[in-house]
Amino acid sequence: MTTRRRVPRSATLIAGCVLAGLVLAVAVLSFFWLPYAPDDTSGDRLMPPGLPHLLGTDKLGRDLLTQLMIGARVALEAGAGSVLIGGLLGLAGGLAAGFATRWLDDTISALLDILIAFPTVLLAMLVTAAREASLGSAVIAIGLAMSAIVARLTRVLVKRVLGQDFITASRTSGTSWPRIILEHVLPNIWPTLSVNLALQFGLAVLAEASLSYLGLGAPPPNASWGRMLQEAQASVFIAPAGVIAPGVLLVVLVVGVNLIADGVRDVADPTRRRTR
Amino acid sequence: MTLLAVAGLHVRSPEGRDLVSDVSFTLDAGERLGLIGESGSGKSMTALAIMGLTPPGMTVSGSVVFDAPGPGRTEVVGAAERRLTSLRGRVTSVVFQEPLTALDPLMRVGRQVAEPLRRRRGLRGRALDAAVTAALEEVRLADPERIARAYPHEISGGQRQRVAIAMALACDPALLIADEPTTALDVTVQADVLTLLDGLVKERGMALLFISHDLAVVSRIAERVIVLKNGTAVESGSVDEVVNAPRHPYTRDLVGSARRLDSVLDSLLDGRTP
Amino acid sequence: MTVYLLRRTAFLVVSLFLAAVVLFLLLRLLPGDPANALLSVGASPEQVAAARHQIGTDRPLPVQFVSWLGEMSRLDLGTSFVSTLPVGPEIAARLVVTVPLTLLAFLLAVVIAVPVGFVAAYRAGTWYGSVLSALSQLGIAVPVFWVGMLLITVFSLHLGMLPAGGFPQDDWANPGDALTSLTLPVVTIALVMSASLIRYVRSATLDVLGSDYLRTARALGSSFIGAMWRHGLRNAVVPVVSILGIELATTFLGAVVVESVFALPGLGGMLVKGFAQHDYPVIQGILVVSTFAVLLIGFAADLVQRLIDPRLRRSLGGNLSGDGA
Repeated sequence: MTTRRRVPRSATLIAGCVLAGLVLAVAVLSFFWLPYAPDDTSGDRLMPPGLPHLLGTDKLGRDLLTQLMIGARVALEAGAGSVLIGGLLGLAGGLAAGFATRWLDDTISALLDILIAFPTVLLAMLVTAAREASLGSAVIAIGLAMSAIVARLTRVLVKRVLGQDFITASRTSGTSWPRIILEHVLPNIWPTLSVNLALQFGLAVLAEASLSYLGLGAPPPNASWGRMLQEAQASVFIAPAGVIAPGVLLVVLVVGVNLIADGVRDVADPTRRRTR
Repeated sequence: MTLLAVAGLHVRSPEGRDLVSDVSFTLDAGERLGLIGESGSGKSMTALAIMGLTPPGMTVSGSVVFDAPGPGRTEVVGAAERRLTSLRGRVTSVVFQEPLTALDPLMRVGRQVAEPLRRRRGLRGRALDAAVTAALEEVRLADPERIARAYPHEISGGQRQRVAIAMALACDPALLIADEPTTALDVTVQADVLTLLDGLVKERGMALLFISHDLAVVSRIAERVIVLKNGTAVESGSVDEVVNAPRHPYTRDLVGSARRLDSVLDSLLDGRTP
Repeated sequence: MTVYLLRRTAFLVVSLFLAAVVLFLLLRLLPGDPANALLSVGASPEQVAAARHQIGTDRPLPVQFVSWLGEMSRLDLGTSFVSTLPVGPEIAARLVVTVPLTLLAFLLAVVIAVPVGFVAAYRAGTWYGSVLSALSQLGIAVPVFWVGMLLITVFSLHLGMLPAGGFPQDDWANPGDALTSLTLPVVTIALVMSASLIRYVRSATLDVLGSDYLRTARALGSSFIGAMWRHGLRNAVVPVVSILGIELATTFLGAVVVESVFALPGLGGMLVKGFAQHDYPVIQGILVVSTFAVLLIGFAADLVQRLIDPRLRRSLGGNLSGDGA
């Protein structure tokens, strides 16, 4: 007998997918087609939206739409890269701490608390200052900072799972630790962890934007929405599109990802009180 | 004298499901009525509807009328919150199933018992403290001063439920509603708390609405019984009638299983007795 | 309680020490010779050696660390490579801008978040409850510097009501002027911070509204407001206090970024400049100060939580339930 659980539809999840998907589509498209070359500064400076530049130009004469599309790439890369690094490192660290004996566990926890006390942006600034400012540096930095938070959450989740009876039952029936981790621990922590990682994705995108705004992110012609905002700030009156568009896109992407996270949480555990 | 008259009580969930359908019964002053049903039968929701405390989103229709000395005749369904607030405590009070969550975790137990005492009897200071101690003694709690200073998580489940009973009695209500009061307790403790409840209710001549899924427990403490299934009352009558001559198939099943359990226990005991 | 205090203080001291170690190592592990910051391109090896000696990076690492610790304990945060001025006093001067900015923003955020979060929870099923929830969803997705830019555009450039940036030369000598300069930055940070606070307040309030103890209080005759006041308030505060420490630290971070938007002479501006110029003493000094501040805030938040929630105190007396039912 097979039971198929009817997956409840979540408006939140759908909305999130639409919003994030929009940005993803733009990013993917940018690999195949761009209105202008990324470093083409042939246009008149600070033109308003119209033809031939659909959204106008920036202060160096680059086509705004092109820059925005490349920026979508950058934002998604920043988010994905950071989550990959932060997630893997954090998972490893958290698993280690979760299984560790009291003394080792306390030490790791203390280290984690300190790392978390290191404000993300400051840590990121440190790393980017060490290596030359680039998207890679930003991603590594944000990923490192994120790993501490992920590790702390993972540790709590792992401890909770390990304290449950079915683990003891598994052990007494002779299952090895690696198998327990794979078959019991990971599947049980994954729902909560994945939602958290999705939220971290949005935070990473915002962190990268902040870094770029402060001049510590990817240098031109690598367009980051944050850097675009910094460049457009001085000329907001003449060309408001430059200030509005990147910001709106950032919000769209982050809201989209957050809604996906919330939607996944709803779908995975519909018994939760509807806190929408 | 009829204390409570429920007619055609209907509770619908926000999703449109009927949790309680067309339930009607009356309760006289000092009478003990049992409400039996499995989970999802709507028995707890009935109790909440009687007090006007259904969760937000629930639609309640029908009629629930209290006739008590003091507030007089009050219709609960559709009544204003202020009216209901004055009704609760004075006329009805409750003992809920899970004492750990039913008590404020951040407040000392004594203060929580003092709250209804202060409201009902207008006591303050030293007199209030003495009343709290007396209330805790009444529910057979040893060392009431220490218990009063404790927080809910620092005392046992049985002690917590006794505190909850003390709080409910402090209101000096005409009707005590007990919603599965012993279900969350250890088996060894259940009998004690039940006996306590039984005695106190008899002593004060209160009406009792006892809700449970356990037929054996209900039959010991109630005079009349209503059986609920899926929100409707399928049978009602005196305990004697329902237990010995059940009419509805569901009731028959209930009684049957209870009897079977009893006989298994009996034969085990017989086997042990030399 | 005293046992806990001692243990937690010891933990704090250890954390501070470990943080110092981590900071020290991080900075030393950065590729690139700090000495280079003092020299121009094409310096001779003798000049490089002399520069290294001047900063002290030619000594063995443990020696450097110990002397650095010594300096820290005397509150000597070194001297800037660029300005050759001591870092400590400069930081102190800038704190005069950053600390009020952070605290005011945090206060405003709390003032906004508590009532809004409560209403969002209380009216959770209604349209405006959902609207408030959606707004907070938006608020946590928006980059704080972008909000700053937008506010400048509207209130400074369009309406001319408030300055677009800068801070009075004489700091707080004229409090009115200083506050005017801080108004937009404070509002910027507060708007973004309140979004996440609203979600916490809403969640805590929803928990209280659906709680059994609230139901018990009302069932025993308490009015809704009375029950919320006596029981709901304290219970709702507990989960929110637990994140207040983190939120305060995040507010400080927001301040760092926002100071760039509004050209405020605060810690943030100093840090960004320090990074751009590879001015290691400045970077180090600010990071030490901010990390220590965050750890201290965490300690204080922990303490407050313990004071409010009796369940967190592992009372040495233990349970009183020895006598069973």
